[in-house]
Amino acid sequence: MDIHNLDFNHLKKNLNNAPQGYPGPGATKIALLSDTASQFIVQALQGYAIEFGAAYELFEANYNQIDSQVFDPSSELYRFEPEFVVIVRSTERLLDAFYKEPSRLKPSFAEEQTAHILSLYETIKRKLKSRVIITNFPEIDDGVFGNYANKTPYSFLFQLRKLNVSLMEMARAQPDCLVCDVATLVHRLGYASAFDPKMYINASMVFSLELLPWLAKSIHELIQATKGHFKKALILDLDNTIWGGTIGDDGVEGIQIGELGLGKIFTGIQKWVKELVRRGILLAICSKNDEEVARALFVEHPDMILRMEDIAIFVANWENKVNNIRYIQEVLNIGFDAMVYLDDSTFEREMVTKAIPEITAPSLPEDPAQWLIYLRELNLFETTSFTEEDKNRNAQYHDAAKRVAVQRTFENEDEFLQSLKMSSEVHPFDSFSIPRIAQLSQRSNQFNLRTVRYSEAEVSDIAANPQYLTLSFTLKDTYGDNGLIAFVVLKQEKEGLFIENWIMSCRVLKRGMEKFMLQCLTEAALSGGQTRLIGEYLPTNKNGLVKDHYHKLGFIPNADGRWTLELKGATTGISATPVPDAALGSPSYAAVHIQKK
Amino acid sequence: MEKEQIMQQVNAIFIDVLENPDIHIDANTKADDVAEWDSLHHIQLVVAIEKHFKVKFTTREILNWRNVGDLCSSVSAKLSAK
Repeated sequence: MDIHNLDFNHLKKNLNNAPQGYPGPGATKIALLSDTASQFIVQALQGYAIEFGAAYELFEANYNQIDSQVFDPSSELYRFEPEFVVIVRSTERLLDAFYKEPSRLKPSFAEEQTAHILSLYETIKRKLKSRVIITNFPEIDDGVFGNYANKTPYSFLFQLRKLNVSLMEMARAQPDCLVCDVATLVHRLGYASAFDPKMYINASMVFSLELLPWLAKSIHELIQATKGHFKKALILDLDNTIWGGTIGDDGVEGIQIGELGLGKIFTGIQKWVKELVRRGILLAICSKNDEEVARALFVEHPDMILRMEDIAIFVANWENKVNNIRYIQEVLNIGFDAMVYLDDSTFEREMVTKAIPEITAPSLPEDPAQWLIYLRELNLFETTSFTEEDKNRNAQYHDAAKRVAVQRTFENEDEFLQSLKMSSEVHPFDSFSIPRIAQLSQRSNQFNLRTVRYSEAEVSDIAANPQYLTLSFTLKDTYGDNGLIAFVVLKQEKEGLFIENWIMSCRVLKRGMEKFMLQCLTEAALSGGQTRLIGEYLPTNKNGLVKDHYHKLGFIPNADGRWTLELKGATTGISATPVPDAALGSPSYAAVHIQKK
Repeated sequence: MEKEQIMQQVNAIFIDVLENPDIHIDANTKADDVAEWDSLHHIQLVVAIEKHFKVKFTTREILNWRNVGDLCSSVSAKLSAK
């Protein structure tokens, strides 16, 4: 259901309609610490999770117990061992603290607060592996200095704004610290609607019932993004969605973009989409149009902001959109739940969501002038990382499209793979690769043997731990550089080297990477005196692709569900008899034509 | 609006917010008489009643209510002052 129709009472009723056994043993454990009364925040967050099929086990600290829970090593917080700690601090309490401060100390108030919040974070991190979500502070001017508040460090407003910026700097430096932007939520709703003084006076609650669903949504989305659930692609309709009018009726010159008619609205939307592309969101076009005419418009129309190079896949034809979106899904190789579909037509949206319920298709308001405001509010593109590779993600799919075209002209797969002149850089994890590895572990769902998600801090720990052997892989070919596309984490265990994680980007399937990786693994294991590899496949509803992975590589199944490969005497480790396709039900891995760099 | 009508609509809000279809309130009903009516629900009730009748109560008014009758009188006074 759309957040705009979700009121607090509805969320609260969800608590009574939770599935049997909720939250259940697999639930995400969240501790909520607040300096004001938090019962409603907890109820809203639970109700929101139930609404969207998540399960949270919540620990709610007593009222105003942030410091005592964090600084007492034997507190309930540490016994609960949460995956996430959410710290909710209020501007109202902050103001009280500011007023208590003697004048001479007021100019350093933000600094002191930042140091305090950092010490909360560091204390938690010393004992727990949790991610820490901290709310920032909605802006209020106490009216003591008037506009002069902007000119003096002795004003509350001056210190408040400084503190919000310091929180961002802190989050930038601390990999497991996330900021929940309550300031923006309050700003959108307006302080008069977001803060109900009656609730504050009578019950010490700082968030109105109207704000609570938005707060729950924000916390929920941060948590889900950390767990790898976020949007990766945007599918756009064309006519009346990214320009006004239709090519068919108005002609290429008559569509509204730029200064023509309502063009300004659509230029605004295109600029927004362009920023998403720069952030790493994949862009797909899905339109009922003549393909050549539609493509020409992206090349020739002087006012277009989006251009062909921004688009990963372009589908324009007269088929129904459900089939076209299924095709787009196949090419991009990501789940429907990672896709947003924008279309002005309610009919098309309903047809698509009926056939593909996992896809997100926002119910755009009637007036296109409202769309951008509406879309921003929905917070569709939550993420927990941004790396160099995100910046040219769409271009990597262009290379993929070219490769597919060339592949058709070769006699066989082998010949094609040779022609690609592939090379791979293989390294243990280092400071350059760590952020990318963390991101890959969060993004990959299909080629992911055990679906272990790592934060940057966890990857750093593993890289530094002598118990672990790590390898990262890039892949370059004649069509382009795919960047870092795979990694393995091996843990030294009594029986041998256990493959704790084996993850590969689906962009490089059918390239022989799997066998190449095993070669490198084998070399690394043997040179470290190890003679046995142990693999494990943990099924999820997304990683069926690799259920036969170890079988295909010649591993032998154990009674405990794990797989073993003996390396004794072997130098390649892949001399095991190839497994025929028919026995697997899926094609075996391509041969290795990759040069190690 | 007649007092009777206000009471009926307030009753409907109680049923919705407290999630109990059997609640029947009258002018003398106090928080102690309704099992689900605790301090948290009280906030929800006040917000729901304000929203429904498009009125705003003052903090003092809310503190002075002794029973549902007082609550409805506040609503009635605000509606007739509109």
